[in-house]
Amino acid sequence: MKQQLLTGNKAAAWGARLAAVDYIPAFPITPQTEIIETLSGWIEQQSMPGRMVIVDSEHSMLTAAGGAAATGVRVFSATSSQGLLYAMEMLYSVAGWRVPLVLVNVSRGLSAPITLEPDHNDILAARDSGFLQLHCASCQEVLDMVLIAYRLAEDHQIRLPVIVNLDGFYLSFTREPVTIPTAEMVEHFLPPFDPLSILFRADQPQSQAVAVLGGGLYSYFRYQAHLAAQAALPVYDQIATHFGELFGRHYPAVDCYRCDDAEWVLVMIGSFATKALGAVDRLREQGCAVGVVRPRVVRPFPAEALRRALRGKKGVAVIDQNLSPGQGGVLHSELLAALYNEPQRPAVVADFVGGLGGRDICDEEFFAMVSMLQDAVKRGETPAPRLMFTQHELDEVNRLHQLAQPAGGDNGH
Amino acid sequence: MVTKYHSASPASLGRGTVTCAGCGGMQAIRQTCRVLGEKTVFVNAAGCMSLLAVYPFTPFHGSWLYTAMASAPAGAQGVRDALDILRDKGEIAPDNDLQVVVLTGDGSAYGMGLSATSGALDRQLDFLYLCYDNEGYGNTGQQTSAATPHAAHTATCRGLEGLAGVKKDLFAIWAAHDPVYLATVIASYPNDLARKIEKAKQLRGPRLIIALAPCPTGWGFDPRYTTTIGKLAVDTGIWPLKEYRDGQVVHTHIPAQRLPVEQYLKRQQRFAHLFEPQRNDVVLGELQAEVDHYWDGVTP
Repeated sequence: MKQQLLTGNKAAAWGARLAAVDYIPAFPITPQTEIIETLSGWIEQQSMPGRMVIVDSEHSMLTAAGGAAATGVRVFSATSSQGLLYAMEMLYSVAGWRVPLVLVNVSRGLSAPITLEPDHNDILAARDSGFLQLHCASCQEVLDMVLIAYRLAEDHQIRLPVIVNLDGFYLSFTREPVTIPTAEMVEHFLPPFDPLSILFRADQPQSQAVAVLGGGLYSYFRYQAHLAAQAALPVYDQIATHFGELFGRHYPAVDCYRCDDAEWVLVMIGSFATKALGAVDRLREQGCAVGVVRPRVVRPFPAEALRRALRGKKGVAVIDQNLSPGQGGVLHSELLAALYNEPQRPAVVADFVGGLGGRDICDEEFFAMVSMLQDAVKRGETPAPRLMFTQHELDEVNRLHQLAQPAGGDNGH
Repeated sequence: MVTKYHSASPASLGRGTVTCAGCGGMQAIRQTCRVLGEKTVFVNAAGCMSLLAVYPFTPFHGSWLYTAMASAPAGAQGVRDALDILRDKGEIAPDNDLQVVVLTGDGSAYGMGLSATSGALDRQLDFLYLCYDNEGYGNTGQQTSAATPHAAHTATCRGLEGLAGVKKDLFAIWAAHDPVYLATVIASYPNDLARKIEKAKQLRGPRLIIALAPCPTGWGFDPRYTTTIGKLAVDTGIWPLKEYRDGQVVHTHIPAQRLPVEQYLKRQQRFAHLFEPQRNDVVLGELQAEVDHYWDGVTP
């Protein structure tokens, strides 16, 4: 066991290395590329076994990943943003194949406009694919979640692929101290891959991923995937508990910070949740009873744990680092669905959309959100989803608009 | 989702598939399977043949993996690589290994799947690709594909002149990747087909087969004439039987005296507008000239 300063990308690569993955189909895309460069370097230097192949697209990458997993080896891959969307058809497909591979997604805002820095529209577009989703907020968590993801994916009751998500730039390119477990320790946690009945062998011919005709049969297999995904919640808890016992790091499905006595709660996923922690500490110093809830497991959705965490609170602000145009934030609607049948649900669950394309969320904005939340509860009115944007940002956009106009043009846009 | 199937008659395909009567693609697959044997995994892309394995039935004695329309060769990459990894680890014995066979129609091979195929060829993937080419998106009712020949009618092209474009030369595109082996076949010439599959089976690396697949449903002819139409495709010179190896293209069957292309065209509803209500001598002339031009460049 050693501690090093690692980027989130390096931590993801370490997770794959320690999981002793057999096969890595890969395709470069910012901000994920460092993961596959790191792994290819290790494989070339023979510091890890395994085979990597660079394919022609993320769609091919996921197909190769699924094909290899369906043949019976442990598979790892990584992508970001447009790559995840390009692979989307195969995300749904390989989840239906019930192959337990692990995919790291390094979140990045989606085109158009094309951009580089993170938000969660990419990963939330994969929300209904059948992949389970684990969301990280630190580089250590990235490494650990890759290991946990394999245990979860390969569990006999589950057999679903898992995405481990980390935010581009904020985690992918940020160095943090990371404890790297020894291979021996990991062996105690993650047994060698057992393909069970999902494999291709000459003496065991089988058809995989075949067509079905008729809604009944189709529904059956879709329900099977849903039931497995639901079962993944208690299985995750067992695995995370085991991980905590072995490694001393604890990863409940929902992280709660200063929530027990909180009257107001901020709900966020991913690394931006760590920004909220500092703001919460400052608010606490001023006597404001506020806490942070961060779902780590997003699929399956930990509804009961969230109900427990938010029961009896006065108000909740969901900070959605994503935008479903015409609706608002995705996490907000998911949380509302979980809370609707809770008799002691918070009076107001307000939605704030922020952090798109890597846009920062500063302390003052957290303070403003809490204040708006308190105001909304006082008025008994839930505000419409609020898009976070400052006067300063608008001024800057207007300045750029000026530059974008043709010289001497009279473009009022 | 896993299905298993066992049958008393080994080495080919089980009976009772869902393909249309007289399917020329099915003929080619059946003949191919007879040569390849049972130690195969067919990696399939969306198309007519995706309905061969429908839960809980399959006509294949070997294995099957349906992928998606664009990426069957990438699926083959994953399967082949995994088998190699397992062999290197000693987890599967050599005689438990499988021949990885990509099976797609022309819609995938000539269009959406080109990138994945090109990638597999770049990487010298050890696999066999069987494209059944029925010259249109057959499974959805024969819309125009990149393989549709000049002047043909399709479900999306019903004008007086038929398709303005020409059939893409997939053979040339694939040959430009310098694969280990590449051949055209047709089930109407079963010995030529069997010999080529046998040759491909013995080689390692990318081996590609394009089988013209006369399609009674899409082309408009009585299913009993599938073999006849296929023979006419070859005997008129429209479908040259050839192979590519070591940088050379060799024609494996050169018709001694080519029949007029009309004899092939007039038996198919998709070309009926060239004959009725009046003959279109211009287009018929173009089609004949195109074939003649091709063969003028072929040295016996």
